[in-house]
Amino acid sequence: MDRTPLQTLEQHDDFISRHIGPRDSDIQAMLDTIGVESLDALIVRAVPSGLRSDTPLDLPPARREDDVLAELRAMAGQNTVLRSMIGMGYYDCFTPGVILRNVLENPGWYTAYTPYQPEISQGRLEALLNFQTMVMDLTGMEMANASLLDEATAAAEAMTLCRRVGKKKSDSFFVSDACHTQTIDVLRTRAAPLGISLIVGDVRTDLADADPFGILLQYPASDGAVEDYADVVATAHDAGALVTVAADLLALTLLTPPGEWDADVVVGSAQRFGVPMGCGGPHAAFLATREAYRRSIPGRLVGVSIDMAGRPALRLALQTREQHIRREKATSNICTAQVLLAVMAGLYAVYHGPERLETIARRVHRLTSVAAAGLRGLGFDMANDSWFDTLCVRAPGAASSLLTKARTEGYNFRQIDDGTLGLSFDETTTTDDIAAVLRIFGGDGSVGETDTGVEDDAIPSALRRTSPFLTHPVFNSYHSETEMLRYLKRLQDKDIALDRSMIPLGSCTMKLNATTEMAPVTWPEFGRIHPFAPDDQLVGYRTLIEGLEVMLCRATGFDAVSFQPNAGSQGEYAGLLVIRAYHESRGEGGRDICLIPSSAHGTNPASAVMAGLKVVVVDCDDHGNIDVDDLKAKAETHADALAALMVTYPSTHGVFEEPIRDICAIVHDNGGQVYLDGANLNAMLGVCYPADFGADVSHMNLHKTFCIPHGGGGPGMGPIGVQAHLAPFLPSHHTQPMADEAVGAIAAAPWGSPSILTISWAYIAMMGGNGLRRATELAILNANYIAHRLNPYFPVLYTGPGGLVAHECIVDLRRLEGDISIDDVAKRLVDFGIHAPTMSFPVADTLMIEPTESESKTEIDRFCDAMIAVHGEIARVESGALDREDNPLRNAPHTLEDVVNDSWAHAYSREEAAFPSAATRENKYWPPVGRIDQVYGDRNFVCACPPLDAYRDAAD
Amino acid sequence: MSEMRFTEDHEWVRIEGDVATIGITEYAQDQLGDIVFIDLPESGAEFAQGDDAAVIESVKAASDIYAPVSGEVGEVNEALDVEPATVNQDAEGEGWLFTLTISDPGELDNLMDADAYKAFVAKL
Repeated sequence: MDRTPLQTLEQHDDFISRHIGPRDSDIQAMLDTIGVESLDALIVRAVPSGLRSDTPLDLPPARREDDVLAELRAMAGQNTVLRSMIGMGYYDCFTPGVILRNVLENPGWYTAYTPYQPEISQGRLEALLNFQTMVMDLTGMEMANASLLDEATAAAEAMTLCRRVGKKKSDSFFVSDACHTQTIDVLRTRAAPLGISLIVGDVRTDLADADPFGILLQYPASDGAVEDYADVVATAHDAGALVTVAADLLALTLLTPPGEWDADVVVGSAQRFGVPMGCGGPHAAFLATREAYRRSIPGRLVGVSIDMAGRPALRLALQTREQHIRREKATSNICTAQVLLAVMAGLYAVYHGPERLETIARRVHRLTSVAAAGLRGLGFDMANDSWFDTLCVRAPGAASSLLTKARTEGYNFRQIDDGTLGLSFDETTTTDDIAAVLRIFGGDGSVGETDTGVEDDAIPSALRRTSPFLTHPVFNSYHSETEMLRYLKRLQDKDIALDRSMIPLGSCTMKLNATTEMAPVTWPEFGRIHPFAPDDQLVGYRTLIEGLEVMLCRATGFDAVSFQPNAGSQGEYAGLLVIRAYHESRGEGGRDICLIPSSAHGTNPASAVMAGLKVVVVDCDDHGNIDVDDLKAKAETHADALAALMVTYPSTHGVFEEPIRDICAIVHDNGGQVYLDGANLNAMLGVCYPADFGADVSHMNLHKTFCIPHGGGGPGMGPIGVQAHLAPFLPSHHTQPMADEAVGAIAAAPWGSPSILTISWAYIAMMGGNGLRRATELAILNANYIAHRLNPYFPVLYTGPGGLVAHECIVDLRRLEGDISIDDVAKRLVDFGIHAPTMSFPVADTLMIEPTESESKTEIDRFCDAMIAVHGEIARVESGALDREDNPLRNAPHTLEDVVNDSWAHAYSREEAAFPSAATRENKYWPPVGRIDQVYGDRNFVCACPPLDAYRDAAD
Repeated sequence: MSEMRFTEDHEWVRIEGDVATIGITEYAQDQLGDIVFIDLPESGAEFAQGDDAAVIESVKAASDIYAPVSGEVGEVNEALDVEPATVNQDAEGEGWLFTLTISDPGELDNLMDADAYKAFVAKL
């Protein structure tokens, strides 16, 4: 007789063991290997007793996947999806099914990491190169980067770019009042700490009095007008100012691009190229500029190089600009960007090609003109006499009532003021929508003339685009769904993502992104929502956001959360501004020193500089821990000006530093606040609470600990949790205003990228408090098991209490003999079909390994076996059994082409090259290119799709 | 007759009259690896001893070069814009970075001579 309780048979805990890799028997075996009796004992030994909390997570217990999905469906049902005509940079669009199913819904694409190992990332690098080329073509500019976070922050990046590269000695930046409201707001926030004086005004009348180093224009304007700015640009240039244009990509298929009227920088959003609005995100923004400025642009940049055999190969170029190398001197603090969404936008252009894109644009423009004609026929006139997709309709005294009427008919108009409405049309607009709009304005439901006689000259003739675009074959070859499907598959097959191998990158927390977590992201009730839709239509989102806020507060001990920051780096920036606002409110606004340990992630000093703080580096001791004496001395020296300490916990070395409470106390005693970089939160959930040991504010990388997939380098989310005293200062937004003392907007949308918050909400709900604690235990166990297995071969550099590591370990490769470099080890792991761990951060010539709780003992053993085999090969090089130069490590990775080539010139066998382990025989990953020449790529910089001859010549 | 001096940051200074030619040493270029870009100062720029003067970039690192002595920049080795690898190939000859008109000859006394620099490097 089955006496099992029904509760057990209901399998409420089932997801926990789907998320966690090791089985119970494995867990016991691993505990035995490292000599610890139980998971509880592991936590007691690994986590300092003064920090370890016995309070279990105050979260509901684990729930079944179907149960959580049902609640998410109910939440979605609480949103009201109206047809959006609000515009302002967010437009409804169609995601081609082949891209939706094979990219956005495909773990082969969304579980990939940032392509720092380019040989195993050629697929997504090509997709990003397509994106860059698309942006360059449409904007008419010489180069473009591989995405920024949103149009507003892209404009802010353009502002600082212009200041860096411009010759003009001025501290002011002029912003056209025709720009989107959210862009102006973010610029205000970003300009102030840098001492930039922002002047907002009419570019035709107010610019003459200003003397800025740069100006920002909007094209078309936020209210729809398409203006000729050639004379404005000429005047600006004569005065030594640089010109940035925020431009609409779809409009640029019909309008003369800014590059052709001498703009210096072009920024914008790529959301309408097949990415859902998602109530604000995620979506990719772009930045394009002159090639001469290439060393000064922010963000990731894909460049073309060659591999050892001379084949064209793609890589991230000019990385010395970025925060991970340049730190406080970086061009920006940006790290995670919006890669998955940039990939989708580029593929939208690949699938549609120039003709279909132009057709879509012409349809949008035609429908806008039809609407204009209809409105005029009803006695309404437009404030703009030129447009692409947006009409600014005058309705004196009637705007509010028309807005209300529109809502009851299922449409969201934009209310500009008491007497003006904005209407924006898009790819999804039909004649039925135009008829409905006209009915709202008092019409009878007829649309009027749609074909001939429609005023189609709403685009000034001088601004009609004549130059071709998207001429490269990649935009003209995959227009049937079958061709596109196969192209996507070819690209996907080139890459290693979590669907193939563990990705043990330290501090990246590459854990499972479960299907149930991902499913709601593409539901229209979350996707087809405009970020500025009225509150009463966003009840579902509110429930989600407030629910997640409670969950994160319970998990960390903080009192409030802001979801506006759409990346960890943005969280750091927002958190530092919150700290500054707090000091300001207490009459201590002069506090401008930020202490940062030398082991910190590069975004920390980069963010501090953007927040207008001066960085003072705190030393680490020989054990890799913060030198508390040095911290104390510096905190005291700077006591009058100390704003903050930025600390990562556990440290970037993977250690639970015992003195953390004292460290926080020292900072508080000297008037500063503690910012906790939450990148390593995966080691702490349910075990210790950052708010308890002294952190005042912390960002949480939802794309690490909380399962938002890495996407190849974005999307991310970096909400900040704060103690109560900092809550009044959390960032405001023009649609979600906060108190007067709040920091201004730091992102274009009030809640960052809310459509992916469903992922983290689902994860926490399914795991429950007990599951999250179990995940932390396993993250720490897996890391310690690896440390134990590898230590005899590659010594573990730092350990914490009890001789244990936290959730990651650093292994030392600094004494490698025979010129074997850390790159050689990383590339040889490719031959084993494994993604290398983090190389040389935070310590040069080491590997930092974070398995996460999701990897099974089988996979972890496969990784350790490969590392040990590589160690064996290194030993054979040292002993002379393998040649110092011509060995499998120096020549890795080996491609299929290399191995089947009739001439094999190496001293070791092809078999040894390609099948270094038994496991590889059953499941072989072939890198599409060999070792990429990084130096060649930076010396010969190319960032657009190479012509097809480049591939032909290499083959010859 | 020219004199050579060296800094602890591995810059060499060749002094001829009141003009100093500045570059990085063999040891430094070897440490940096393949150089891909050099951000040189502008002619006419004025530096105090220790100011950021130039940046030398490899693929994985960006090294700040500091003005070894105070002065005004005279000539700049523009050939390095096209061929940054010259610094790898001939760091102490063709790979010179820029010249300075020395404003305070006394500062030279703080720098190492060739023997002192050799001994310094040997201890690293």
